[in-house]
Amino acid sequence: MADVTLRKVVKRYDEVEAVRGIDLDIADHEFVVLVGPSGCGKSTTLRMIAGLEDITDGDIMIGGDVVNDVPPKDRDIAMVFQNYALYPHMTVAENMSFGLRLKHYPKAEIKSRITEAARMLDITDLIDRKPKQLSGGQRQRVAMGRAIVRNPKVFLFDEPLSNLDAKLRVQMRIEIKKVHQKVRTTTVYVTHDQVEAMTLADRVVVMNHGRIEQIGTPNDLYHHPATRFVAGFIGSPAMNFLPCRLEEAGGQLNIRLTDRLALPLPPARAARYRAIPRGDRLLLGIRPEHITEAKMHAEPGIETFDTVLDVTEPMGMETLIYFTLEGAQVCGRVNPNAGARDGAPLRLAVDLNNMHLLNEGTGIVL
Amino acid sequence: MSTVAIDKAGPTRKVKLRSMSRDRTWALRWSYFFLTLFAIFSLVPPIYMLITSLKSSAEISAATNPWWVFHPTLSNYVELLTSNQYMRFFLNSAMVSIFVVTITMLISVPAAFALSRMRFWGSATLATGVFLTYLIPDTLLFLPLFKMFAVFGDWTGIQLINRWYVLLLLYPTLTVPFCTWIMIGYFASIPKELDEAAIIDGASWFQTLTRIFIPVALPGLIAATIFAFTVSWAQFLYPLVFTTSTDQLVLPVGIITSLIKGDVFNWGQIMTGALLGAAPPLIIYAFLMDYYIAGLTAGATKG
Repeated sequence: MADVTLRKVVKRYDEVEAVRGIDLDIADHEFVVLVGPSGCGKSTTLRMIAGLEDITDGDIMIGGDVVNDVPPKDRDIAMVFQNYALYPHMTVAENMSFGLRLKHYPKAEIKSRITEAARMLDITDLIDRKPKQLSGGQRQRVAMGRAIVRNPKVFLFDEPLSNLDAKLRVQMRIEIKKVHQKVRTTTVYVTHDQVEAMTLADRVVVMNHGRIEQIGTPNDLYHHPATRFVAGFIGSPAMNFLPCRLEEAGGQLNIRLTDRLALPLPPARAARYRAIPRGDRLLLGIRPEHITEAKMHAEPGIETFDTVLDVTEPMGMETLIYFTLEGAQVCGRVNPNAGARDGAPLRLAVDLNNMHLLNEGTGIVL
Repeated sequence: MSTVAIDKAGPTRKVKLRSMSRDRTWALRWSYFFLTLFAIFSLVPPIYMLITSLKSSAEISAATNPWWVFHPTLSNYVELLTSNQYMRFFLNSAMVSIFVVTITMLISVPAAFALSRMRFWGSATLATGVFLTYLIPDTLLFLPLFKMFAVFGDWTGIQLINRWYVLLLLYPTLTVPFCTWIMIGYFASIPKELDEAAIIDGASWFQTLTRIFIPVALPGLIAATIFAFTVSWAQFLYPLVFTTSTDQLVLPVGIITSLIKGDVFNWGQIMTGALLGAAPPLIIYAFLMDYYIAGLTAGATKG
């Protein structure tokens, strides 16, 4: 058990800077997920924590000790790989005990640890099998078992669920969460899947182009994204971004989307945005769930407008609707009974109490 | 709703509806035809050797049907197997081959591991270089090598020429580059994560090699062993050049030097000697092939 600290960590391959000076504090027992598109440096960061990659600059500390030059085996970490990396010639039990056997643990201790981990992961019946006799999900459990029996200071997961099919992924996600509830080992988990990040993490670290965009709890990132990248990356379907301007008419602050469509800002928002110069090119960020079918009665901050739908996607519990506004495709979520049909007109309501306003040039949420 | 007109024009040639199994039957017929041809081509010489080995010298030189044995005799076998000289050749060949295989594996397996996994400056160039040395034919090397050993003998007084163990220094120049190359290929096919997992589990490089890489790459190891053994057992030029005394000779050279006297070819014994000499590699192939093929189908990492 230990905390992990990254201080101005840089990784440079020849000319390419994969990680550009990141700072990160991971508390003891915490489950932190690094998430971002491919090539954002999240895997490189994890591999540097593991000691599989050298650090070009900066410091990495595990449990308060700088481990920059400590080889992986002395860092007391365990890692679960995307392709499981089970030793194909060893049985499940041998795979799990390999690390302990190398450290000459007593046989009885090894046996009790394997039994305990196998029970926790529900693989007791499989411990005499070889990896090729296991399914993908079972292999992933064994890979986790191999990490658990070591009882390390830190667990490192490198996209562990990417090779599994969608259904199994959801199931294993829950398994991983259960294991962490029982074992409480500090965990760093890398994924490109924002749903995995949101569901597993105590805190999510969103990375892009080798930098940290934002660190926060899943709800924090969802409701208070700091940048356009985070706003667009977290949440599915993604947040809509609509070019807009602020304008003032008769003391009321409006956002003008099109020549014909301007929406009055609710008072709380108007106070927050009043200082923004009127000429700035802005983006209205609005999540699909805040564009719904119009209700009979008016509510404060909820504005209605008419549009013609392009495409609808019935999902069962809701229907996703797509329409075009000033050339931009917009997604909304309506009740399946709202009468949304391909090519049909529909009166929609947009909830401006949950809007975001972004600077189009800098991408910063205002 | 407008419908798009789909062009109904199909292939102009009439499509022959044939079952898959008929195609397969024809493919099999051709395969068997060529397999039979190939089997005849490669089996006729050993069969002729066997026939000749069962004849007496008188019958071999007689003008009868050479493909039939009229008076079968085992005298050639008895004579060779009771001859100290022939058994000496056999023993020399066996010792040389076993030692060479051992030396080759001890060098090429760690070398291949280092070249394929421990990325260091110039490792890629070195790997290519190792393979290039294999391309230099032994016919080009034996003269300079002979000179080297002669000079080495003059300087140090250690005489290596005309000793069977000089071959232990010579054969690895042929086997090590090729075996290293085979093993680099096998090691390269092992996913990177496997050694990373081992390193994180606390294994040293040496433990990663012995406990992960060697067991996982066993089929490759066996292929390399077979190769090294075959090369050592069948090598002709180096022993012909470097060894001359009868007690230092290996089988291929021993047979031609002791069984051809001047212009007298003792065909019966030559054929018998060669046939018996071909037995050990055959036996090794027969045993290891099963293991080799079983190893090829072993489990990989992904599901």
